[in-house]
Amino acid sequence: MMDGSVNQDVLTPEQKIRNFNLNFGPQHPAAHGVLRLVLELDGEIVERCDPHIGLLHRGTEKLMESRTYLQNLPYFDRLDYVAPMNQEHAWCLAIENLTGVEVPRRAQLIRVLYSEIGRILSHLLNVTTQAMDVGALTPPLWGFEEREKLMIFYERACGARLHAAYFRPGGVHQDLPPALLDDIEDWCGTFPKVLDDIDGLLTENRIFKQRNCDIGVVSEQEILDWGYSGVMVRGSGLAWDLRRAQPYECYDEFDFKVPVGKNGDCYDRYLCRMAEMRESLKIMLQAIEKLRAPEGQGDVLARGKITPPPRSEMKTSMEALIHHFKLYTEGFHVPAGEVYAAVEAPKGEFGVYLVADGTNQPYRAKIRAPGYLHLQSMDHVCKGHQLADVAAIIGTMDVVFGEIDR
Amino acid sequence: MSAPATEAIAEAAAELLAHLEMRQGDALRAHTIERGELTVTVGLGSLKDVVQFLQHDENCRFSTLVDITAVDYPERARRFEVVYHFLSMYRNHRIRVKCPVGEDQMVPSITDLHPSANWFEREVFDMFGILFSGHPDLRRILTDYGFRGYPLRKDFPTTGYTEVRYDDVTKRVVYEPVKLVQEYRQFDFMSPWEGADYILPGDEKTGA
Repeated sequence: MMDGSVNQDVLTPEQKIRNFNLNFGPQHPAAHGVLRLVLELDGEIVERCDPHIGLLHRGTEKLMESRTYLQNLPYFDRLDYVAPMNQEHAWCLAIENLTGVEVPRRAQLIRVLYSEIGRILSHLLNVTTQAMDVGALTPPLWGFEEREKLMIFYERACGARLHAAYFRPGGVHQDLPPALLDDIEDWCGTFPKVLDDIDGLLTENRIFKQRNCDIGVVSEQEILDWGYSGVMVRGSGLAWDLRRAQPYECYDEFDFKVPVGKNGDCYDRYLCRMAEMRESLKIMLQAIEKLRAPEGQGDVLARGKITPPPRSEMKTSMEALIHHFKLYTEGFHVPAGEVYAAVEAPKGEFGVYLVADGTNQPYRAKIRAPGYLHLQSMDHVCKGHQLADVAAIIGTMDVVFGEIDR
Repeated sequence: MSAPATEAIAEAAAELLAHLEMRQGDALRAHTIERGELTVTVGLGSLKDVVQFLQHDENCRFSTLVDITAVDYPERARRFEVVYHFLSMYRNHRIRVKCPVGEDQMVPSITDLHPSANWFEREVFDMFGILFSGHPDLRRILTDYGFRGYPLRKDFPTTGYTEVRYDDVTKRVVYEPVKLVQEYRQFDFMSPWEGADYILPGDEKTGA
């Protein structure tokens, strides 16, 4: 002040400011869906962040209790609609575990192949839209072109681009034509070039690094506290991948690496996702090779009570026709018991807790979505960050509201 | 998965169970190992101690909370069963902890041990109406603002009680009681030879 003393900050009434409350969403392009964040801001610093979710709540778990196991399968496409088949996988594994069905080898390989396509679908969407959230417009255009090609592979396998309903309890719905395998292999040859292009646009980009490095740093203790899974864990240097740690299907036969980050910030998670896409490509090529090998031939469904009879048999056998009719009206009965089946979905550990009571409908099915836990920690991670970082953090947490709101 | 791998998992679960029985034997009310999955049942009183033990014991290290949910069994004396799933990334094993809860009982919140329990407990409260004592912020989470009832209870109809539509006259969204144009179809798929607990029409004559 004038007399030379310090700490005399007398505030005029105009200067006494209160924190600013801001509604981020429910319709915000960077919210990746219908998320409403109530942010309390001190200037541009986030003081509190309260996510309001449930705007896309459809009551999936309640609906599942009054539908047969097979009718419930398509609900899983609608959870994380970015990588539909990975979710179906968890449901099929849960049912197969309870019924004790052994999936034929060819079906297992097809499942692995399409799970990895799903992983690339999801990572492509995430990496490129997160880049868009922080200001880069070109990556989504390039990435979505590739996603379109992958969705055509989905379509050629099952007839649907998004809501596949392709993995079925006991195998997969239909066999893949050989030409499709050739085309997927060709695509695997061209895709690294696209990845390199996106890499060239983003990885060393000054603005991209300024927006992502040291933003949303996650430590090992935070991983445990907040129940993170997937890239949120691997970005911080823990090599935790369910495909490796608790192998399901035939992942133990495949040769792939688990990329990990060092600093646990948004940038490392971006790098992890890019590296994981390359690893997925490796798995896909191995799967295609195994599918062509003589051991990879055969039926794609474990023929029995939980799967339909072959079409040709239905034309000649009365029992097969009855079986088909009963399967698609009444459905199959699952022995009483409970099981938790988890898969390494692109976003993290996607699990299904299934309680069966011996009827044709689940008594209770709980869907454990990785994004639910990631979004929960928004308040913890965002506190002290700038408002603009919120968009970067949501992007890198990889939230999709289909699975969070269920 | 190959058969030896499944056996190894079951063996590890048995070992873990033996360890738990030794250290927390009084708290465990029941336990099973099915398909390699270890399930223990504990009482409400010892729930928190068991969770804490699982989290910190060197042989358990269940440091990640995977899931909290509940299952409604209306015919039981203690109606709900709260189910916790834990995972250890260090020891690479899982455990399921179950805890029967009556409709009028409160469950101790584990948010101070696992901060990630926050939203799970909110969801269980939202869906089943189970209260958690010591929870910092027990609001509804997934259902609509101002929603009434607990949807995942078995006595809650799948259609719900209210429906929402945009009213063109008043130019706003209105809530109305559900009007079904046809009866909600809930088929009885049990075969009449095994499943029926009622007397089939005409069958009463056989006894006479």
